[in-house]
Amino acid sequence: MNSPTVSKERLRSIIRSHKRWDIVFGIVGLMAMSVGILTLVALFAQMVIDGFPRLTVEFFTNFPSRRAGQAGIVSAWVGSLLVMLVTALFAIPVGIASAIYLEEYARKNWFTDVIEINITNLAGVPSIVYGLLALGLFVYTFGFGQSILSAGLTLALLILPIVIVATREALRAIPQTVREAAYACGATKWQVCSDHLIPYGMPGILTGVIIGLSRAIGETAPIITIGALTFIAFLPPAPFVEGAGMFDWLMSPFTVMPIQIFNWTSRPDPAFHANAAAASLVLVVLTLSMNATAIWLRYRLRKNLKW
Amino acid sequence: MSNPPLTGDARLAQLARSKVARKRKDRFVESILLLAACVSVFTTLAIVYILIKESLVFFSQVPLWDFLTDTQWTPLFDDAHFGISVLLAGTLSSSFVALLIAVPLGTIIAIYLSEFAGHKTREVLKPMLELLSGIPTIIYGFFALLVVTPLLQKLMPELPTFNILSAGLVMGIMIIPYVSSLSEDAMRAVPMSLREGAYALGSTRFQTATRVVVPAALSGIASAYILGISRAVGETMILAVAAGMQPNLTLNPMESAATITSFIVQVALGDLPHGSVGYQTIFAAGLTLMLLTLSFNLLGYWLRRKFREAY
Repeated sequence: MNSPTVSKERLRSIIRSHKRWDIVFGIVGLMAMSVGILTLVALFAQMVIDGFPRLTVEFFTNFPSRRAGQAGIVSAWVGSLLVMLVTALFAIPVGIASAIYLEEYARKNWFTDVIEINITNLAGVPSIVYGLLALGLFVYTFGFGQSILSAGLTLALLILPIVIVATREALRAIPQTVREAAYACGATKWQVCSDHLIPYGMPGILTGVIIGLSRAIGETAPIITIGALTFIAFLPPAPFVEGAGMFDWLMSPFTVMPIQIFNWTSRPDPAFHANAAAASLVLVVLTLSMNATAIWLRYRLRKNLKW
Repeated sequence: MSNPPLTGDARLAQLARSKVARKRKDRFVESILLLAACVSVFTTLAIVYILIKESLVFFSQVPLWDFLTDTQWTPLFDDAHFGISVLLAGTLSSSFVALLIAVPLGTIIAIYLSEFAGHKTREVLKPMLELLSGIPTIIYGFFALLVVTPLLQKLMPELPTFNILSAGLVMGIMIIPYVSSLSEDAMRAVPMSLREGAYALGSTRFQTATRVVVPAALSGIASAYILGISRAVGETMILAVAAGMQPNLTLNPMESAATITSFIVQVALGDLPHGSVGYQTIFAAGLTLMLLTLSFNLLGYWLRRKFREAY
């Protein structure tokens, strides 16, 4: 390729200029990363500066109020907790069961293909569409109303694809030899699944469940769509207290953390914005610690597992 | 268990019985698992059924032609107009701003992480970047309204409090991890031998990355972009908080505008009675949104299939 007229110096300078691009791109790459990371830092800084002074014990035990200084998040965090409970109780068993079916039981036929494509598709449906589904199905067709039950089931459907995909990956990572050994001892399919595959896949399954729940706890749009109230100054009835039945809380109106934040953010008074910052701080610390747990679990899983 | 051990035929019969019982239990469990797997199919069917059923109520009162061609969106006024193009304009301009941020930054980050960064750097930076997608969107909305908008107003004093620009910028940063991690996966799937070939011919890292790895991973990168678009189109809370909810037929990101998603939020927050035309509009808007994201998802799926390089 080289014509003999190209001198050594010329060649060196060409190489040097090409190498310079490597350095330039390395810097550009770091700068691009830092845009994302600086945004994260700014987001935190703003929440801490505005919200931290509001984080008193009263903030966690007071109901929302017209006076910003006395408003608190007790109805919001209790609501979030109860909605998450319903979501977890529905999404975890159904998600794990579908994953086991698809990974271990399903025959290769068109119906299995339909389920698989369908799950991939559901993961791409915008969350507000789940809200419309819940409005039409849970609120009006089933008559659950704007209750904790409706919200919990909506979020459960929303995170179902996440739980299913994570569980399938966990099951797929278990070597075939484990299954063969169990079958050789005379185990049935279900015994193989319940005694071996589920326990061994647990860290991976838990990772998926935690990531799903951390997504659900921050979801706002579907819950607004089902028409959750924003000003709730009472708690859902506790079971067996003052004549309430065991499951009365399921049908109670409620509010959740993101809705409380939305409500405070959309008020013009800056005093409420401080409340929103404080509530955001609580929510973000919650979701990030859930995410961190999931990342840690995945990391441990990769380290300790040698088949 | 405590019975005296059986012998001979009796023992065989007992074994056979227990085998039958176990088989029966296994079949029972299988049908329960199948039922669970069908929940997701029912969910899709229910979404389609609800959206179409409620939209039909809407379209029985508003002709489809008006819905597609009207240039006003005033469903809550006495003089009601239902031109979806108004909301589509808001959705398009906000997604465009978001992609202007997410596509270049996401691509650069993906190239950097997969081709330039060392193992240690990647292990630290990648989880940090992924935290961006773990933050609830309502908090991004709050951030856009109370931090980014005032900042932009210092640069552009005429910018209104609610605007597409600041919502779009923040949305773009939120979408970066979606674009970068899928693109990075695609690049990492390119076999080492292609890179080694390029290096052997005297390419630098940059040349290898841009002329060999990126073209080889193009189908995966394109589908990452498509995923980014469908995220941007479906994003709700950032826009509902920071972009205002005024229907506005404009593509100018400096103005306030409603999108399909923020309109649904607006109606849901109000107290329209179930069954009124104004209320039914949210299902028609939802159907439009669903068709939009579905077509993007299908396009992404098709791109992956069609242009996948097999090694």
